Amino acid sequence: MTAKTFRIALLTSTLLAGAAAAQDVTLTIESWRNDDLTIWQDKIIPAFESANPGIKVVFAPTAPAEYNAVLNSKLDAGSAGDIITCRPFDASLELFNKGKLADLTDLPGMANFSPVAKSGWSTDDGAKTFCVPMASVIHGYIYNKDAFTELGIEVPKTEAEFFAALDKIKADGTYIPLAMGTNDQWEAATMGYNNIGPNYWKGEEGRLALIAGTQKLTDPQWVAPFAQMAKWKDYLGDGFEAQTYPDSQNLFTLGRAAVYPAGSWEISGFRAQAGFEMGAFYPPVQAEGDECYISDHTDIGIGMNAATPNAEAAKTFLNWVGSTEFAALYANALPGFFPLSNEPVTLEDPLAQEFIGWRGTCQSSIRSTYQILSRGTPNLENETWNASAAVIKGTETPEAAAARLQSGLASWYDPQK
Amino acid sequence: MIRRRPVRWHIAVFLAPAVAVYTAIMIIPLFATLNLSLYNVAGDNRVFVGLANFATLFGDARWSASFWNALGNNAWFFLVHMLVQNPIGVLLAALLSSPRLRMAAFYRTAIFIPTILSFVIVGFVWKLILSPIWGIAPGMLDFVGLKGLFAPWLGKEAYALTTLALVSVWQFVGIPMMLIYAALLSIPDEVLEAAEMDGITGASQFWKIRLPLILPSIGIISILTFVGNFNAFDLIYVAQGALAGPNYATDILGTFLYRTFFGFQLQLGDPHMGATIATAMFGIILVGVCIYLFGIQTRLRRYQF
Repeated sequence: MTAKTFRIALLTSTLLAGAAAAQDVTLTIESWRNDDLTIWQDKIIPAFESANPGIKVVFAPTAPAEYNAVLNSKLDAGSAGDIITCRPFDASLELFNKGKLADLTDLPGMANFSPVAKSGWSTDDGAKTFCVPMASVIHGYIYNKDAFTELGIEVPKTEAEFFAALDKIKADGTYIPLAMGTNDQWEAATMGYNNIGPNYWKGEEGRLALIAGTQKLTDPQWVAPFAQMAKWKDYLGDGFEAQTYPDSQNLFTLGRAAVYPAGSWEISGFRAQAGFEMGAFYPPVQAEGDECYISDHTDIGIGMNAATPNAEAAKTFLNWVGSTEFAALYANALPGFFPLSNEPVTLEDPLAQEFIGWRGTCQSSIRSTYQILSRGTPNLENETWNASAAVIKGTETPEAAAARLQSGLASWYDPQK
Repeated sequence: MIRRRPVRWHIAVFLAPAVAVYTAIMIIPLFATLNLSLYNVAGDNRVFVGLANFATLFGDARWSASFWNALGNNAWFFLVHMLVQNPIGVLLAALLSSPRLRMAAFYRTAIFIPTILSFVIVGFVWKLILSPIWGIAPGMLDFVGLKGLFAPWLGKEAYALTTLALVSVWQFVGIPMMLIYAALLSIPDEVLEAAEMDGITGASQFWKIRLPLILPSIGIISILTFVGNFNAFDLIYVAQGALAGPNYATDILGTFLYRTFFGFQLQLGDPHMGATIATAMFGIILVGVCIYLFGIQTRLRRYQF
């Protein structure tokens, strides 16, 4: 081969390769949701690819527990995918601050999301957003409809009705009134304190005031949820101190318990296991006619690797994730993980539809401990687990628990000092 | 002409792989951990802070409360093993070495089997057994009319640690049993015959002849138990999670280290404080082993037959 023909061959092949690359860009998605692999492959990706010819998408999840470690090392090594699924708050914020995640504040699709929806993936001042909010989970109660019909109980709207219903169930004796244990601790905080709390501290108003330092955890609206949980003790099953999270799930799906303080992620699991009809109600308010607040917690977002060579294609994809089309696809594929977009979406699962319907009646907020307040030591979220479990067990009074949390927070968080 | 002793290169050559591997995966990381505990993060930089991390660990009310709680729990965990596991091990070994016992091999195997099980299985199985909802413990107690004694042991602050320590004893009682059994078998018959000639038989033979002869084995077992207990982590983590509930009642140094070093839930990991705790653990174990080696081991009398 002469030098000239070699040069031509080289040139042609480069051109061809360049043309091929221009034709087809392949985006790789990093995620911890390996449970969702088939849903992405069968439903979401084909929908996107048919609407956007020339962009191919590969969903490449890792195991949930390893995700943070794997993702960090891949990003450091420069081998991470183009699209990164983001955990909410500090873990992702740290990646953004290190320059690993791209700034997506100006992405057109971002217009579809409220500030609360974006808070999980925004800087503390809310000025910059680096991941498109994908899904949230809503808290409330799931109940056994058959049991309620059998005992003639109406869905409770106020706290008084709630406890009257629990009393009735307890008096009957067929069912354990509330399915919850304190062994794993987190349920008491996540499905207890942060489930019923927003009604007392008025959702975002209280949460932001706590971050700003104008309210304290010892204020009445922050102690009141503990006071209600202290009353739960009498309605839990025997030996609830050693009852684990799966135990509670089983008690409910086997029809032995009537009410389950829930997160909406339980829906698909309960659908598969429960042999009775289920309904849901939001945390009862203090008095008839009070404004209701729900915990509509941002849980999954999706962002762009700052070092990706396919930034344009990645932005096209992320913009699509912000669209109503994606929201409807995703929410119906995974009932219980709700889209965060402002556009209304209709869900096929009635229970999931009931949960998402509360967004129309109640004000949404997120879990009080997640943004900023769990950055130091002692960590407010973990401490809240411990305090909530102790309050339910009766080993600590609501006031003492609140005082302990406040002094812990004040020890490292300047606005609370 | 004086013949020089040849340099024995083969010794170095044969030792080299083991020394290299051991250095790479044990000694260097150990010193790296000690080193890490002397640094901290200020802004974006790692800065040398000397012993400031230790000052935080022991001086800050919250850190020191967690540390002493974990150390106290560790000590109780160890004490339960010493008071329960080792006497039961000696007793079982003494029973097994009795020539009149039938099916000794079967008992030996049955008692030893739990030791080869994984912590994960043991923790999970016992959690199920003791579960107030599905467990067989309440039912079995009910069967013998003692239902009133049942409590959700793993969920009560007062009982959880002792329960887990006893589960650990159940799992590992086979090891002291086997070691002491071997020691008992190695006592020469002449010694025992001489004792019998002097009229020392039965229980008094055990206390006066056999027990002194197996004391070095008991010493070794104690120090193994000490090191194992103060490094413990798995069983607590499997049964109670990294928060070592209820209310940190089962928190030991291992789980405290894990939570701090790797982070947990929303808490981001803090490698520097984690390394500080690891160093403190290393110090505690080192001191314990030294006390044993110089205080006890050197005073133990050994008998040569």
